[in-house]
Amino acid sequence: MPNHSKMSLESTPEGNKFNLTTAELREMAKKLRRHVITMIATAGSGHPGGSLSAADIITALYFKVLRHNPQDPQWPNRDRFILSKGHAAPILYAALAETGYFPMVELATLRKLNSHLQGHADRKFTPGVEMSSGSLGMGLSFAIGVALAARLDSKAYRTYVLLSDGECEEGQTWEAALSAAHFKLDNLTAIVDYNGIQLSGWVRDIMNLEPFIQKWQAFGWYTIDIDGHDFDQILSAYQEAEKIKGKPAVIVAHTIKGKGVSFMENNVAFHGKAPTREEAERALKELE
Amino acid sequence: MAEASTRETYGKTLIELGKQNEDIVVLDADLSPSTMTNFFAREFPDRFFNCGLEEQNMVGIAAGLAASGKIVFASSFAIFASCRCFDQLRLCLSQPELNVKIVATHGGITVGEDGTSHQAIEDLALYCALPGFTVIVPADAIEAAEAIRVAASDYGPFYIRLSRPKTPIIYPRGYQFVLGKAVTMRQGQDATIIATGIMVAKALEASDVLARQGIDCRVINIHTLKPLDEAVIVKAASETDAIVVAEEHLAQGGLGSRVAQIVAREKPVPMEFVNLGDRYAVSGKAEELLQRYGLTARDIEESVKSVARKK
Repeated sequence: MPNHSKMSLESTPEGNKFNLTTAELREMAKKLRRHVITMIATAGSGHPGGSLSAADIITALYFKVLRHNPQDPQWPNRDRFILSKGHAAPILYAALAETGYFPMVELATLRKLNSHLQGHADRKFTPGVEMSSGSLGMGLSFAIGVALAARLDSKAYRTYVLLSDGECEEGQTWEAALSAAHFKLDNLTAIVDYNGIQLSGWVRDIMNLEPFIQKWQAFGWYTIDIDGHDFDQILSAYQEAEKIKGKPAVIVAHTIKGKGVSFMENNVAFHGKAPTREEAERALKELE
Repeated sequence: MAEASTRETYGKTLIELGKQNEDIVVLDADLSPSTMTNFFAREFPDRFFNCGLEEQNMVGIAAGLAASGKIVFASSFAIFASCRCFDQLRLCLSQPELNVKIVATHGGITVGEDGTSHQAIEDLALYCALPGFTVIVPADAIEAAEAIRVAASDYGPFYIRLSRPKTPIIYPRGYQFVLGKAVTMRQGQDATIIATGIMVAKALEASDVLARQGIDCRVINIHTLKPLDEAVIVKAASETDAIVVAEEHLAQGGLGSRVAQIVAREKPVPMEFVNLGDRYAVSGKAEELLQRYGLTARDIEESVKSVARKK
């Protein structure tokens, strides 16, 4: 393994340039949720539930935690965020637009022909999207490659990857979990958006993941269990994860699918269904 | 005929490349003593990652390293490097066109005794189905070394299929490999044998026998199945009016299908195919299997005679 002390100061990225307060983060998360509703309603298809559940996790990353530069998406020292649950692309697009990776007007083109914003995240089309996803269970493996490259290059950037709970049913997720711990990737933070619902019902009924925290622990990970809608808990979890040495950290974020829109919350139907115009209006009112 | 192992060549060439370029990293899935990536592992332990028996994960890790600027070689047996991780190849390498070189050893039925489960006979169809992938089957160890060097310097996802047994050397030293450009090994007017991989040596053998019988065969080595050298195929169809395609692969989706598509579109002429058909093989010695499943010089010879009768 390369000598970590070789890491030079100039390779250490500066902090997050948005650096919002907790109150501002709450407002921003609402704003991103509004984008999600409008985008998916305009597109007429998409997955609102998993975007809304991940909104606070992603808002905290882009507006407080990640060292990134929207004007230079390929900045070599940027922290990496990999969206493994590719169906939550709308919330990522909303964060990328609000931070300035591309013009806000593009959000209205989601899923349309010639749009930069594909139905699932795609690194070939969208500035700021680190990896393509949509077939589940692959993002953690990619993140391991990125984290290994950081080590090889003695770079101080950190790699974050967001998984869904459903994709923890994929065998590859656990192949990756084994290897991240084996390679002692303490520059890697995984977050599981544990909203409890997958396409056809409750995760616990379809393919129970519990005991979930213990599984990650048994695979050699440092685990942090939080309320994924509480910014204080989210931010302190990111900080705690960064301090862990010798092993990767996973933040199991307990969330509510469809969070922020009463009739979408814990509603399986809104895993992969666009709101009607009337539903979208009601949702936007609730998110004011 | 002198013989050499393409996988041993792979191992040695990786060391040479690793010395030239610090960005070269190598991954393997617990098969490094067989794929011979262990040569690289000994020389450059920091740049070698054994991913264990996790082929799907290995492809994802390879993609992450490549997206971070590395030139990644990832190896396993051809069967596991194709069938086991196809969705990962598609989403993580083909669609984003990342710079990963899958170099698989133990391709085809010449794996031999390990039997059906280990015989990759559908890998070329699978890889050729992936947009953006370059697919190469070297005909001997000299061509293998060249192909591996080109893969390292040419950006994008590659699949290179190597063999388990030693194979005859058919090229002189100093042979210049040109990506995507087929090699006309022998000129001829009566029929053309188009072959890839281990079948090229057999095609040359068949053409010797046919020459003694007064049949003047052209022999073409298509080492790069994708992108395909269409011009050489059209020229052969136009000039010899009969084509035989020989490959160590199923009938569907490999070189035969690809050549037939070009011939049908540009210059329809009678064709014959020497391949495994639509069936799995069994355990046995490599040579015994090639005999049993119709992949010998004799089989090519008969196909040439048969296709010539249809002219």
